[in-house]
Amino acid sequence: MSTLSIENISMRFDLPNGTHVQALQDVSLELNTGELMSVLGPSGCGKTTLLNIVAGFLAPTEGRIILNGHDVKGPDAERGMVFQQGALFEWMNVRENVSFGPRMKGQRERQWGEHVDHLLDVTGLGDFTDKAIYELSGGMQQRVALARCLANDPDVILMDEPLGALDALTREKMQGLVLKLWKETGKTIILITHSVEEAILLGERLLVMAPRPGRIHKEYNLPFADMGVGADLREVKHADGYADTREEILEMIWDMEEEIMGRTEDTQ
Amino acid sequence: MIGLLILGVYVAVFVVSFLAVRFLVHRTVRDYTSLKTVTFGDESAVTSNRIASVVSVLTIFLIWGSFTGSAWVPGFLHAPAPFIGDTSFTYTLESEDGERDDATVHVRVFGFGETTQKFEVDPGDGIARNDAVAMSASRSTTILFDKNDETTRKKGARVVSIDGVAIGPDRAIRTPAGRFALTDKGAITFTPPSGLQMEPIWLPPPEAVVGRLFEIADEGYRDSTLWKHLGYSLFRVIAGFILGALLGIPLGYAMGLSNWFRGWFEPLVEFMRPVPPLALIPLVIIWFGIGETGKIILLFLASLWIMAIAARAGVSGVNITKVHAAYSLGASKFQIMRHVIMPNSLPEIFTGARVAMGVCWGTVVAAELVAASEGAGMMIMVASKFQLTDIVLMGIILIGVIGFAIDILMSKAENLLVPWKGRS
Repeated sequence: MSTLSIENISMRFDLPNGTHVQALQDVSLELNTGELMSVLGPSGCGKTTLLNIVAGFLAPTEGRIILNGHDVKGPDAERGMVFQQGALFEWMNVRENVSFGPRMKGQRERQWGEHVDHLLDVTGLGDFTDKAIYELSGGMQQRVALARCLANDPDVILMDEPLGALDALTREKMQGLVLKLWKETGKTIILITHSVEEAILLGERLLVMAPRPGRIHKEYNLPFADMGVGADLREVKHADGYADTREEILEMIWDMEEEIMGRTEDTQ
Repeated sequence: MIGLLILGVYVAVFVVSFLAVRFLVHRTVRDYTSLKTVTFGDESAVTSNRIASVVSVLTIFLIWGSFTGSAWVPGFLHAPAPFIGDTSFTYTLESEDGERDDATVHVRVFGFGETTQKFEVDPGDGIARNDAVAMSASRSTTILFDKNDETTRKKGARVVSIDGVAIGPDRAIRTPAGRFALTDKGAITFTPPSGLQMEPIWLPPPEAVVGRLFEIADEGYRDSTLWKHLGYSLFRVIAGFILGALLGIPLGYAMGLSNWFRGWFEPLVEFMRPVPPLALIPLVIIWFGIGETGKIILLFLASLWIMAIAARAGVSGVNITKVHAAYSLGASKFQIMRHVIMPNSLPEIFTGARVAMGVCWGTVVAAELVAASEGAGMMIMVASKFQLTDIVLMGIILIGVIGFAIDILMSKAENLLVPWKGRS
């Protein structure tokens, strides 16, 4: 069953000096309910642009996004978003942040209270419900961001480098949490990341994008996300095929980066 | 000269207290900062030295008291006082035909604020007679010594020496009694030692200022009690500021959220912003007179642009990911305004409010200086016309204290209402 389909999306930014940037060219893909797809690519490959288009913050110059049979026209609660950082509301405490979505829908606490408290427990925030956002560490803040997104019960969760600003240890813990939440809630997730390891560990499907113009370069179907659910992520890294996949993708991205560098040198 | 001396004393106290604290007071607290080896250039290692602050304030009062002969400062710390009391000197008169005679001038110097009273002395005999002169401290007096003498300056008599020291038209002298000179017409100009203390008309001693505070708090000044004067000023500031904020904040929001509003109001705001509110006082007086309306409108205008600019900055300071996140969580435009943009702009608005309150307080005093029937500014303006320096000083100190208190209250309110400021 296909829920999210991205059909022939192109995105072209016209610059004031008359030239233009082709951020995305003819990108198409389908995502089934409950799939977790990670998106990798060198900087400038348009992965954040793609995510912003799916979220509805940008209108593509060509193509369309269809979710559950209707066109995506703008941001909506059916597509939740987890940002890298800075998206939490400092003037609310943890619980008020997490319950923001239901409260904006006009729900009473007896409607959302149980669900929100459950999410706070699952994300390990049970003891921090009354804390102010600025009192939390970076990792804790991203837990709040995840819980806030889930509390709204979206059909698709879009994650824009959600763990990018965290230190390596916190990041590993949070990767486990993302997998756990994914399996528990069965949400469709698109996860953008810079880290090849993270993309392989978390992505059931892995999309490698290439720059100039931004396009889909290669797609993988990987078993590691399933292995990682309920297991130690560090052990998954020793599983068959993990190292090979990682090397292959790293090399692919290295080649792209070198191509970009070469092109820049040509033009100079 | 006396200014340089005061500066010298001030610098000396600064240096001496610095050295004293540095070598005599040892820090017993060993906090983290005290272990830092690099402190020069590390702003976070620089804290306000409490001892320095206390000594600084005490020094100001000490110098003030010392150079005004305050009763609150022990006598040995007083700067030399002007001579007050009875003194006398003897002048030698030489008549046209060379005859000489001595006579004594008794001088009674009255203190600051006392009325001089004439008195009589035994005139003695000879061609020069004794004189009695009454005068005020820190003043010179011209003594027409020959009013009672047998021979006069008109007849060619002249003073040749004072207390045995030769004096002439080009030769001023100094004796233990004071300074003497002769005028063009031969009269004696006498200046008793004037000391280094300020006259109360220039700088009253602290107790006079405090005395005035109690007196005016009790009896009032110019038909209004002190509290009424200050209350009027505060009322004008608060009314003007609230009106300015009520209009300025929505205006700033509109400018931050709508192209049309920004285009429409930007020229106005950008033009009015650099116009100092003080420059509007004449126009406001022409239009609205010197009553409350004009003052409140002036303060409204003073705070309006500041609050509008602060609110606009607050809107543009919203991290776009917060707005995106709120939209993705299903918030409507109104909800984003209410739950994201408004709280997010509070820190900027508080900063603006602090600036606006400061500007309003300064502007209201200035407006009252120009024209008002009550208010702190009016009080000191009228007092200055009657040379009531103690009221002027008291007013300035109260204005400073209230301005400082307003700022502290605003900062407390800010910490209470916007605890996340600077921590996101």
